[in-house]
Amino acid sequence: MSKKLKAAIIGPGNIGTDLLIKMFRSEWIEPVWMVGIDPTSDGLKRAEEMGLKTTSEGVDGLLPHVIEDDIRVAFDATSAYVHAENSRKLNELGVIMVDLTPAAIGPYCVPPVNLKQHAKELEMNVNMVTCGGQATIPMVAAVSQVQDVEYGEIIATVSSRSAGPGTRKNIDEFTRTTAGAVEKVGGADKGKAIIIINPAEPPLIMRDTVHCLTKDTPDEAAITESVHNMVKEVQKYVPGYRLVNGPVFDGNRVSVFLEVEGLGDYLPKYAGNLDIMTAAGLRTAEMFAEEAANGSITLPERG
Amino acid sequence: MNLKDKKVVLHDMSLRDGMHAKRHQISLEQMVDIATGLDDAGMPLIEVTHGDGLGGTSVNYGFPAHSDEEYLGAVIPKMKNAKVSALLLPGIGTVDHLRMAKDLGVSTIRVATHCTEADVSEQHIGLAAKLEMDTVGFLMMAHMASPEKILEQAKLMESYGANCIYCTDSAGYMLPDEVTEKIALLRAELNPNTEIGFHGHHNMGMAIANSLAAVDAGAVRVDGSVAGLGAGAGNTPLEVFVAVLDRMQADHGIDLYKIMDVAEDRVVPMMDQPIRVDRDALTLGYAGVYSSFLLFAKRAEAKYGIQARDLLVELGRRGTVGGQEDMIEDLALTMAQQRANQTNNV
Repeated sequence: MSKKLKAAIIGPGNIGTDLLIKMFRSEWIEPVWMVGIDPTSDGLKRAEEMGLKTTSEGVDGLLPHVIEDDIRVAFDATSAYVHAENSRKLNELGVIMVDLTPAAIGPYCVPPVNLKQHAKELEMNVNMVTCGGQATIPMVAAVSQVQDVEYGEIIATVSSRSAGPGTRKNIDEFTRTTAGAVEKVGGADKGKAIIIINPAEPPLIMRDTVHCLTKDTPDEAAITESVHNMVKEVQKYVPGYRLVNGPVFDGNRVSVFLEVEGLGDYLPKYAGNLDIMTAAGLRTAEMFAEEAANGSITLPERG
Repeated sequence: MNLKDKKVVLHDMSLRDGMHAKRHQISLEQMVDIATGLDDAGMPLIEVTHGDGLGGTSVNYGFPAHSDEEYLGAVIPKMKNAKVSALLLPGIGTVDHLRMAKDLGVSTIRVATHCTEADVSEQHIGLAAKLEMDTVGFLMMAHMASPEKILEQAKLMESYGANCIYCTDSAGYMLPDEVTEKIALLRAELNPNTEIGFHGHHNMGMAIANSLAAVDAGAVRVDGSVAGLGAGAGNTPLEVFVAVLDRMQADHGIDLYKIMDVAEDRVVPMMDQPIRVDRDALTLGYAGVYSSFLLFAKRAEAKYGIQARDLLVELGRRGTVGGQEDMIEDLALTMAQQRANQTNNV
């Protein structure tokens, strides 16, 4: 029996397609289904050409095939509005849901910080926060692992071309969800998130700034080491994740300046904000597969 | 130019844009003192918010002396005739802040986006319009896009429910011809019931001339700031603009002597530094950089030894937009590192 878990991607847009290309390289996840709602969409055609089974009838079109094709994990790259229904239907059939929408029904997942714990507990729905959250929360956690962080603030700057209509229409979701995860996953007592969209041409690579205010005087050596270690952890699944400056210390303020370049699989390299989401989503599913393969978790039973 | 009997609605920025120049440290007493003085002088609209809008309190932009709730709660009950507005930048503030402002008695919400990114304002403009507030779409850094692009973005804001659209010269870069062209196109193409506004900065010494050009081209609302208290070299100084409008017999409704006195007796004494076109403020205008970067660049110069002027020119070259204050320290660190490397290689 193959160790790979079979997967479905819901939403054949930019994110879904980039995820698919990454998945072909995975040792742990095998893409089988692409789910869309428009039979004429380019994304579904692309997926079909790449050898996937496709349906244009939404998740309902996938449900009859879940058991027969042994689908174990699904990635939802649609929208917060339909995610809850998608998740309920697939969870019922024992499919683990990786949520790339801002719905956040399940616990937030930032791989180098808390993925192991979610996998061990076999969470059936994990939420990938936001692009800004994936890029910055590892740094907040790197500081809070050393000492108490009273306040964590992140500023994510993305190129105009990489900010899709969903993000734009509901930009408050970004600030709320990210700030919440800076607290819950990053470990800051209070979180704040800011997003800036920049239209410069050629498009700028995603930039992120993280400010932490520590309760006591920061331990500069320990924090610097923790930040550098955490950067290496993120680089394992996002090679273009770079520390540009910092950590800089100013009183109780610790600041880190980052750049996130994507792999350029389907999305352009400047769209590191989108790349870090797909890479983190895939990394999450892989961890579940690894834990299942080594017997530390047992996937829902199937007849 | 003939502005005789032309209606101009002035909007004071000293207690919002002026917060930048005061590092957001204006006291409640100072706020109330200036706002009541302006109210008495006949100012119809006064903006009261963190410099970066509702929810702007942050490491990135500065923690204010008091919260938006405290400032609005202190000022609004003291107003006899003036209405109070609040600024909101989507990506920084949220609809929760908007509801809070409405509950405290704010009558005008100004939703600000970069001039090419109006579609991030849909939920905020939509809600403000639904709450029947005076709803303004505020297109910042308007020198960075063509008149046609500004119009396209203005139409988006109008379609979300804005009843007034601003062409905002956040960098103080524009010259009068550009103002004329952009305002005239908005006036010609937007719904006749949609008001047009102009917000200037004095970084190139053009704030008064640009504001006149705007009124002449069809703008009704004009932002300014008593004693010019605002980011960069400040906003259009309102006492000066009122005197000019007076000479031109425009219909502005302000008591000139009273606003002169607010400027001289209440605002100038509390300034941390003179608001003037120094070389760094001039560089903002010349290089087309967001005015509130000024004090951040000066602080980075003091800390990292890189001239503020060099930082600002590079930030302009990189196409930074409003809100990217974090790039200033980042760039100063990078330039200081490059300088250290060069020295080591000699």
